Amino acid sequence: MADLPAVAPPTALGRFPRRGARPVTPDTERAPLGAASGTGLGLAVLWLSLLVLVPLAAVVSRAVGAGPAHFWAAVSTGQAVAAIRLTVLAAAGVSLVNAVMGTLVAWVLVREEFPGKRLVEVLIDLPFALPTIVAGLVLTTLYGPKSPIGVTWYATRPGVLVALLFVTLPFVVRTVEPVLLSLETEAEQAAASLGAGPIRTFVRIVLPAITPAIASGAALAFGRAMGEYGSVVLISGQLPRTEVASQYIYQQIESGYLPDAAATATVLLAISVLVLAALNGLRSWAARRG
Amino acid sequence: MSTARRAGAVLLSAAAVLLAVTGCSSSNASSGSKLSLVAYSVPKPAYEALQKAFAATEQGQGTTWASSYGASGTQSQAVGNGQAADYVAFSLEPDLTKLVPKFVDAGWNSGPTKGLVSKSVVVIATRKGNPLHIAGWADLIKPGVKIVTPDPGSSGSAKWNILAAYSHVLADGGTEAQAQQYLKAFFANVVSKPTSGANATSTFLNGTGDVLISYENEAIAARQKGQSLDYLVPAETILIENPAAVTKTAPQRAKDFLAFVQSAAGQQIFASKGYRPVLDGVNAGTVAGANDPADPFPSVAKLQTILDLGGWSAVNKKYFDKTTGIVTRIASGSDG
Repeated sequence: MADLPAVAPPTALGRFPRRGARPVTPDTERAPLGAASGTGLGLAVLWLSLLVLVPLAAVVSRAVGAGPAHFWAAVSTGQAVAAIRLTVLAAAGVSLVNAVMGTLVAWVLVREEFPGKRLVEVLIDLPFALPTIVAGLVLTTLYGPKSPIGVTWYATRPGVLVALLFVTLPFVVRTVEPVLLSLETEAEQAAASLGAGPIRTFVRIVLPAITPAIASGAALAFGRAMGEYGSVVLISGQLPRTEVASQYIYQQIESGYLPDAAATATVLLAISVLVLAALNGLRSWAARRG
Repeated sequence: MSTARRAGAVLLSAAAVLLAVTGCSSSNASSGSKLSLVAYSVPKPAYEALQKAFAATEQGQGTTWASSYGASGTQSQAVGNGQAADYVAFSLEPDLTKLVPKFVDAGWNSGPTKGLVSKSVVVIATRKGNPLHIAGWADLIKPGVKIVTPDPGSSGSAKWNILAAYSHVLADGGTEAQAQQYLKAFFANVVSKPTSGANATSTFLNGTGDVLISYENEAIAARQKGQSLDYLVPAETILIENPAAVTKTAPQRAKDFLAFVQSAAGQQIFASKGYRPVLDGVNAGTVAGANDPADPFPSVAKLQTILDLGGWSAVNKKYFDKTTGIVTRIASGSDG
């Protein structure tokens, strides 16, 4: 088993960690683990293996089990490419929108006082609690042909995007909020008194501190959007231009083409790993920079 | 030393979990009077009525059920993956033949009903009063007609709809090329392909589309529930045949249930839910929701069967192959 990664660069004695930086770990932590923490590590590894690694490995082995030619044929059909492309672009778009709007919502919730704030706090989490198929049903009714608000997005790409935005709303809000809460306002006040405008203060003082949290939230939103099925399936109408990868995979399963379904899932996994690694890199870069 | 300790801890906890997992492995189902039914979801109301009626017979007394309903292909795979099942029912024959010979005997279709338990036909549903005056397949490809039909990729039964649209050209003496031309125009008018027949019906009832390609039993069931739609049985359509069987490990009670389902009494229950009987001479009686409740199942002038198109394996290869199938290519827009 590999050794634990170094958690943070050693800091000079007496120097306070910069805001947003990871907590400084004393060197003693890297000494041999005691029996209790050894068991903890063992359980954590086992838990992750059973829940995540084994199923993912099964998907990948199923995908490559039919041979590279079959794998390529499965993921290069027009329908598969279109579904994967739409899914990745939609997930990326949803992450970006969430990064901006989620930060804004978190900012308003932390820094502003307004009547009904408690209610909004609860509302934010509702997309987590609602079964996604119910969310899909509600959105389909709202944006369907009998739309009470006169917007018909049924079986269109905007409809798919709205569904994804709905289910991914809480991620960035909930990751940024606690960081904003713990942020002391002295630095902002100092910047303002030195003549920096509100935008400059935000970009130079606040943004660096919350960038790791935004990246975390965006990563969660991206992952969720890549695999989302329930909220999308009703509103998309499953037309060639609105079909996301999870729907395509479901069709392959229902038609009995299991290796094809696994191959498409493997491509999604690979793209997710790359994007999540990139966002993780951004997060640690921002954290180091402080 | 610490590495060894850590490895030890990992191994120990692994062993503990494995023991826990294997210790409570499932006991075998289908003991005593409990039967497992695994079926596609459309006939659920029919099976609930059949189970009730079966319990009133001598052989069926005291039967308890574990019933599982879902998409036909998924249910077939679940049984293939070991889900306990005594009685299986699917929307398409290939979902059943996939289980032969490992889970179902090869002779499953040798009985008087050839393994079938229900029949239906593909119909065209319209808005109440048929405002667009749809009279048959030819009207569906007129400009501006919006069609809702379930996705043949995610719903096996949806293949019936597409085959009906395609084969009506052949039934009228047209060529394969003309049938493909028709199908292209047909898909150009499709505005929604929901995951299943039931989803397609609710999508249509929610206001999407002008016509819904559906099944006679589905349209009748919707009207029995008071939902607002009309349907017409086209002059050319395809005969839908739904198979069912008992598994190799099924007890006698499950075989009795299958016999009951295929008997005149069982077929009358299916008929009351809008299905055409698989036996000749079954009195369907009055079927609420049908266009003419007293004559619920009008005969079709040019009725195609899956055998007319070469049987399921030929049809699946020719029309629904994942890359080269005629329907796959046209439906995904990669052809044309």
